[in-house]
Parts: sequence; structure tokens; C-alpha cells
Amino acid sequence: MMQAFLVDPFVVMYDAPIFFVEVFVSGLLSGVMYALVALGFVLIFKASGVFNFAQGAMVLFAALTFVGLWELGVNPWLALILSALTMIGVAFSVERIVLRPLVNQDPIIFFMATIGITYFLDGFGQTIWGSEVRPLDIGIPNEPFMDFADWSGLYINKFDVFAAVVCSVLVAVLAGFFTKTKIGRALRAVADDHQAALSVGIPLKTIWTIVWSVAGIVGLAAGILWGSKLGVQFTLALIAFKALPVLILGGFTSIPGAIIGGLIIGSGEKIAEVYWGDAFGGAIEDWFAYVVALIFLLFRPQGLFGEKIIERV
Amino acid sequence: MLHNQDKKKIICMGKKLGEVLLSVDHISLAFGGVKALTDICFSIREKEVFAIIGPNGAGKTSMLNVINGFYHPQEGEITYKGVHRKQMRSHVAAVQGIARTFQNVALFKGMSTLDNIMTGRIIHMKRNLFWQACYLGPARKEEMENREFVEKIIDFLEIQATRRTPVGRLPYGLQKRVELGRALAMEPDLLLLDEPMAGMNIEEKQDMCRFVLDVNDQFGTTIALIEHDMGVVMDISDKVVVLDYGKKLAEGTPDEVRGNQAVIDAYLGVPHN
Repeated sequence: MMQAFLVDPFVVMYDAPIFFVEVFVSGLLSGVMYALVALGFVLIFKASGVFNFAQGAMVLFAALTFVGLWELGVNPWLALILSALTMIGVAFSVERIVLRPLVNQDPIIFFMATIGITYFLDGFGQTIWGSEVRPLDIGIPNEPFMDFADWSGLYINKFDVFAAVVCSVLVAVLAGFFTKTKIGRALRAVADDHQAALSVGIPLKTIWTIVWSVAGIVGLAAGILWGSKLGVQFTLALIAFKALPVLILGGFTSIPGAIIGGLIIGSGEKIAEVYWGDAFGGAIEDWFAYVVALIFLLFRPQGLFGEKIIERV
Repeated sequence: MLHNQDKKKIICMGKKLGEVLLSVDHISLAFGGVKALTDICFSIREKEVFAIIGPNGAGKTSMLNVINGFYHPQEGEITYKGVHRKQMRSHVAAVQGIARTFQNVALFKGMSTLDNIMTGRIIHMKRNLFWQACYLGPARKEEMENREFVEKIIDFLEIQATRRTPVGRLPYGLQKRVELGRALAMEPDLLLLDEPMAGMNIEEKQDMCRFVLDVNDQFGTTIALIEHDMGVVMDISDKVVVLDYGKKLAEGTPDEVRGNQAVIDAYLGVPHN
């Protein structure tokens, strides 16, 4: 019994190192996809101190809009731009209708409001575009690089690599945009205290609209990538729950944290599934991430890169 | 407070009040049936230290909230720098030179003293998003210049030691000082202070008085403050307005107000026969 947990998996890893690397890399690449979803949460949390429950719904809504427009015969690039504009429209409406009346309220109130937004977006998106599963093929084949595989024995999926590149570019741009500058500081200020932020001349509305727009566009990227993997359908909204452990690991306020968290969760769950799956009777992948998150909550509740929790009593 | 009295006299000798900077005209503000302010008029002149006093619930903080745009009065008009307006919008007010502190210390608790005060510089940082995003070239230079300015404020307020400490960890008196620093970083024309000395001990109060007077004296900043410590108010202000139940009871120099029977009644109560 003990041997199955503590010895055998490592023996297998040692015997087939190339296979281990393959599992590890494919885990990292799918972790990147988790990170992309987590990123949307981080942006809004940084700027308003609010956990945006609607992020998953935004991912679904963005993907539905993109696929819907494409199916109507719109050029895919135009459809991409239109969907991005739609997400910016969503950001404007959310700010105007939901956030503005709630200025200076507790974060929990905002959280409840985002649950409302979730239901609205879920329903609205499916009312307009229908609720059947739609295949999405953006022209990146879901197959390994064969030349590379022949040469090294490693099977790396083209689509995963593409997703990783998109994600890295987004992250690099956003990290530059939101840290160390006056924008970054304004975001943190808004998250800490609305009234004080207003009093130093930070336009709350503008900041919120910008951040929700960016989160919407990140959601669009996540929706398209996940949509081409799973098909565009309601379950896309549930991807958001996979982002939760990523956030807990990385810290809710850190953009690099979201990435590192995603990589750890992605590779961790793949390795756990492949090497420890049998010992547990399979399907570890479904719950592994949450257990890791739970352990983190016990020992480092602010996550790897989150802001320290400070309270003077 | 002898020290401050002396200082005050010295400052008063060389001080000339300027034009009217802000005037409020027949301002009324109600929340549902509760009348917070009724028909308030007064004006604040440039370089003045203007005090608003009154018992609890008199509408003092509401008045400040109207001035910097958190509340929008139902009636009346505000004239700031010669421009009439029905209502201010708070972040616009900030850009136009109205800074404030809060009664219950509204700092960005997770951020360091330095970062908190730097937020006051945001309205002075003009570089566009692109440079900001790259943190390069002009944006970097701008950051450095503003940082220098903030260091001066930190020196002025004698909070060098707390520069890197998250403000949530600082004692109350220092938090109040950081908040003043953040307001000063905005280089305001009009500084609104909501009970800057509340909950402080004598020494902290003396320090705060000194800072307020120095700001007024050295930078020529107009100051409107709410304060409950009558000793302080009488010492440092040029003009006092007294509110009670949302109405203006009296207005004048500290000495005039001190002798006003309505004010004495409001503070000490009137015997009912």
C-alpha cells in the first residue's frame, strides 16, 4: 500500500524520463490556460478588491459572441474585434448600472452584485446565441509537432504551444501596464478605499471601466482558446472554478502569481493523474488542484505573491 | 499651546488675505427627511485658515463633503475660483486643487507611506498610457521628479522612518500625518481637514498645529478645517463659522465667535424653565 504511493510512481518516472518530461510540459501548457482565466479575476480584484464571480460568465459570453458572429458569416478577424468591442460595452454597462450605485459599499456587496451579473450574462448570451454546443476551429491543429517528436521523442501539442504564446504576450503586456506606474498605484488605491481614491483625483469610473474592459478582453482570449478545446458551451463558465485554486496559490493580487499558480496547478495535476492516478483509483485531476489550494490556505493564505494581510488592532 | 499662540501672532503680522477662493451660497442638503444643511452661506478667502465648528451632528462633515463633491446639495451654489457650479464632482475637484483628509483616516492601508503619498501626485503625472506601460523614458523621469517632491513632504512631516511601512501598521497619530502628506502632495489650493487632531495627545496636537500653520505660511495654502478642540481652533484660525443642526449660528473672528451668545448656548445648553 505505502509502496504504491511513495515508491512506485518515482520508479516509473525514473524509468521513463522522456515520458515524464512530456507529462510535465503538457501540464505546464494547460496550466497556462488556467492562468489566462485566473488573470481576469486578478485584474478586477486588484482594481476593486472584489472577487468577480462573473468572470466565468464573461468568458462564456465573449466566446459565444465570437462564435455566433463567425457563424453569421462575419470575417473571423472582424468578429474578434466586434467581440472585443462587445466586452468593452459590457464593461461600460456594468460600471454604469451595477458598480456606480455601489460606490463605497463593502466588498461583499460587490461580490453579490457580480453573482447577479453572472446570471444575467449566462442567460443573455444563451438567449441571443442559443445554448447548443458549438465547435470552434481557429485553424491551429490539435496535434503534436511531428518533426520535433521524431527528433526528441517528445510529443508537444501545437495548440497548447499556441495558447501558451498568446497567454505569455497578454501577461507581459498587462504586467507592464499595471505595475510600477501611476496606473498600478491608482488601481491599488481604488481597491483599498473608494472615497480616498476620489479625493486624490482618481476617476473611479474610468478606472473601473478600463479594468472591466481589459478583464473582458482577457476573457475573450480565454474563451476562444478553451472554446476550441472543449467546444463553446455552457461548461465554459465552469472553467472559472478551475481558476480558483490557481488564484489561491498565486495570490489574488498578483499578475505573475496567476501565471506561476497556473503552471504549478497545471503540471501538478497532470503528474498526479499519471503517476498517482492508479493508487487513488483515478480521476485525481478533478480534485487535486483544490486540495493543493486547501493546503495553501492553511499555511500561506495570501498565496505565493499576494499582499501580506495586515490588521492593526 | 503658548508656543502656537506666539507663532500665530508672528504669522498674522505678515499675512495678507487674498481674494475669495470659495464661496457657498444658500446651500441646502437633505437625506430624505433629514435636513443635514439648511441655507448655509459663507466664503473662504485665499491664504485663510477657516474653521468650521459645532456640536456633533451639526453638519460640519456634510459641509466638507459638499465642497469636495461627495454630496450634491439639493439647493444652492458653490463658487470656486470664480466659477459657479451647482455641484462638484470629487475627482474633478481634486484636479482643480481641492484636497482633503478624513475624520476616520481614509488611507490605502496595504500600501506603504511612500506609495500613499505618491497617489497624491497622480493628478500631476501627465504622461500617456503608452509610456506608463513601458515604464520608460519620459514616464520614468516623471516618476523620479514626483518621487523627489514626495520625499520633501516626507521630510517636512518628519515621517522618514515610516517611508516603507504599510500604513495599516502605523499608529493612529502617524496615519493622520500620512493622510495630511497625501493631501499636500496634490499641491492643493484649498485644503480641507476633517478633525485633523481628533484622538491625539497634546504633543501630537502641537505637532499637527505646527504642520497646519507651516503649510498655510510656507505654501500659502488656504485651509478649511473642522476641529473640536476649541483651544486649537481659537489659536490657529483666522475665521470661524459655527454650525448647529445644519444651520449657521455665527461667523466671525475667533474672538467674535467666542463671545456670541447663540454659540455659547449651543455648546453649553440653555436652561429650560
